[in-house]
Amino acid sequence: MWKKRVLALLIIILGVGISFFVFKSEPKLNKNIANSNSFLKNHPFRLGLDLSGGSHLIYKADTSAVPAGQVSDSMNALRDVIERRVNLFGVSEPVVQVQNGGLLSGNNEEKLIVDLPGITDVEKATAMIGQTPLLEFKIEAPAGTPKTATVGKDGTVNINADPQFVSTELTGRYLKKATLEFDSTTREPKVGLQFDATGTKLFAEITKSNIGKVVAIYLDGAPISTPVVREEIPDGTAQISGSFTPIEAKQLVGRLNSGALPVPITLLSRQTIGATLGTNAVHAGVKAAIIGFLVIALFLIFWYRLPGVVAVLALIIYIFIILALFKLLPVTLTAAGIAGFIISIGIAVDANVLIFERVKEELRSGRTISDSVSRGFSRAWFSIRDSNISSIITAIILFWLGTSLIKGFALTLGMGVLVSMFSAITITRIFLYTIEFVGEGKVARFLFSSGISK
Amino acid sequence: MFIIKNKKVFISISIGLVILSIISMFVFKINKRLGIDFTGGALTEVAYTGEVPTQSDLDQVLGTASLGTIIIQPTGNTGYIIKSKDLTEAEHTNLLSALSEGGKYKLEEKSFNSIGPSVGQELKFKALLLIILISLAIIIFISYAFRKVSKPVTSWKYGIIVVLTLLHDVAIPVGIFTILAHFYSAEVDTLFVVAVLTILGLSVSDTIVIFDRIRENLRNQAIATKINFSETVGKSLEQSYVRSISTSLTVILVLLSLFFFGPVSTRYFALMLTAGMFFGTYSSIFLASPLLVLVEEWQVAAKDKKSLKKKK
Repeated sequence: MWKKRVLALLIIILGVGISFFVFKSEPKLNKNIANSNSFLKNHPFRLGLDLSGGSHLIYKADTSAVPAGQVSDSMNALRDVIERRVNLFGVSEPVVQVQNGGLLSGNNEEKLIVDLPGITDVEKATAMIGQTPLLEFKIEAPAGTPKTATVGKDGTVNINADPQFVSTELTGRYLKKATLEFDSTTREPKVGLQFDATGTKLFAEITKSNIGKVVAIYLDGAPISTPVVREEIPDGTAQISGSFTPIEAKQLVGRLNSGALPVPITLLSRQTIGATLGTNAVHAGVKAAIIGFLVIALFLIFWYRLPGVVAVLALIIYIFIILALFKLLPVTLTAAGIAGFIISIGIAVDANVLIFERVKEELRSGRTISDSVSRGFSRAWFSIRDSNISSIITAIILFWLGTSLIKGFALTLGMGVLVSMFSAITITRIFLYTIEFVGEGKVARFLFSSGISK
Repeated sequence: MFIIKNKKVFISISIGLVILSIISMFVFKINKRLGIDFTGGALTEVAYTGEVPTQSDLDQVLGTASLGTIIIQPTGNTGYIIKSKDLTEAEHTNLLSALSEGGKYKLEEKSFNSIGPSVGQELKFKALLLIILISLAIIIFISYAFRKVSKPVTSWKYGIIVVLTLLHDVAIPVGIFTILAHFYSAEVDTLFVVAVLTILGLSVSDTIVIFDRIRENLRNQAIATKINFSETVGKSLEQSYVRSISTSLTVILVLLSLFFFGPVSTRYFALMLTAGMFFGTYSSIFLASPLLVLVEEWQVAAKDKKSLKKKK
């Protein structure tokens, strides 16, 4: 008996501790947060774009030119490059992630998702992300490849040189760094390139097999330099000399260094939410959660009396455990995610209701209170387990295959169901055993009954 | 028990409601109510900070902006929502300058959402895939959970009945939604799909609790006497309907608070879930259990026929 009381006390202390953490780590609730320790400072709620305001961009990556086995590598490289560019833009906590194509996503498109919190004027940001310095190295096509010519409206003839060159594996993704150089005699600006290990090997092979031929350097699909190879270059350095002005050359170096995009991308969809809309949604969500909780608490206490009070206590602990998990994991909260959490408050009570109805039945059949309580728990367990498993299965499949909005909802709902199984069963049980001291009198039986019965 | 005795009446009511819902889907053309999440397109919400131009004014200006078909809806006192095809950055800038009529009206862009058609296609595919996978997972899980209850009704039949009630629980809220969509211009969006899938998860858990009670009572009775199936089901219902209603009530209470006080973006979502929860509870009491008894009666009838044939 005493052991259980100590355990119950420990749970209450732990619950108070968790709630203390939840409150103290929230800048809006703790005015003193600047002076708090870094653990508290580093754990505010993480709000999604629809709540904090900001932009959500989805890009399609054209991986048709990438060999099949290297798609995921080059997508990761793409992510790193975009991340660097976005960071240059000064966005706080941007999220850049790859969404792999495949059988289960409906098509084979590789996508890149860019979240820019706080940025609602994305014109500049998208321009910066979209500016694709796609660097390619091409070699002469075998002799006999026909040239294509088009006659313009005004009678000029354009000879298209592109078919003369064929792509090689060497692209900007193997670039280590670019530097601005000046020719020692002509003072003409040049761009120096340094490849990484793979790039060096590729470049050595290309130059070796093309001595005396042209290797064209393309930037964003247009040839910018068509030097003739004189000898094999084994050290992985190359120079682009075109008719650059010094400023153009400097810009090119900057863009190449900030990352030549390994695969070309196009903007598929864009979502921008103003900050005021988000703040309203947060307030509404919090209000709905509080009112929902109060209504449930009233219902539980009115209908289930003493066990109801215990269930409300367990529910409060449940809410704080979940909120603390949201902060610690961290879970990015969206409007749909908050809805999932609010629904989980309703579901969390489910297990308690099952148990209390069982306890009531056992009481009716004439058992003692403590006997009824322990039988109620053990007999309700199977239906609690089975009914929650179906919710968990649903949440897992939604999280596994859903789009980001669906994932947010599935995560909070699934976490809610899992944690509530613990809180509603374990915590309630310990508390109920602790208050057995009310004895077996009429008052006690009244307190453990429910509904409109006496 | 009353419900089991009148099972055919209750099953008919459910069938009637489902048929009504399907009719409303066709009459109010739910396929025309797909939001930009599915079809691709752009949604721009603006609020004017000073003077607000009239709608006909904007219709005229935007008509000349060559941005395709544009639908303008007022929102609040100072704002408009503009629906159009998906917009590039340049087109988006054009739209904003047209809305301010070249700087005449000051405005704030509250949200902008442009979705390419391929994203919409993907969501359509995923929504279908999710519904199929979740239904399959539920059948498999129930067949597993009820594997020991093979008499008198085999466990996979429990699974099929659960899925039938699931279809019922999803069809009716969707039917209600189509009516809402018609009169309050709600749209089928990602949250709609989430709502449908959540109803699947929630309503099955309710049905499982009642089936679980039937399972337990069958096990206890099997030893004592010869099983009277319909009586056992009736008794199980009597024991569990209070619980069923109380738990659904708690979820419905929070959903209603989400509907009345929650964010605007999840309002229809909350309403659909409320309907789903209500009919999910209704169906586990008034549809799933009566169906179970009906299946058993069919089995008995089929057996009698067989033995009759043998005698002949």
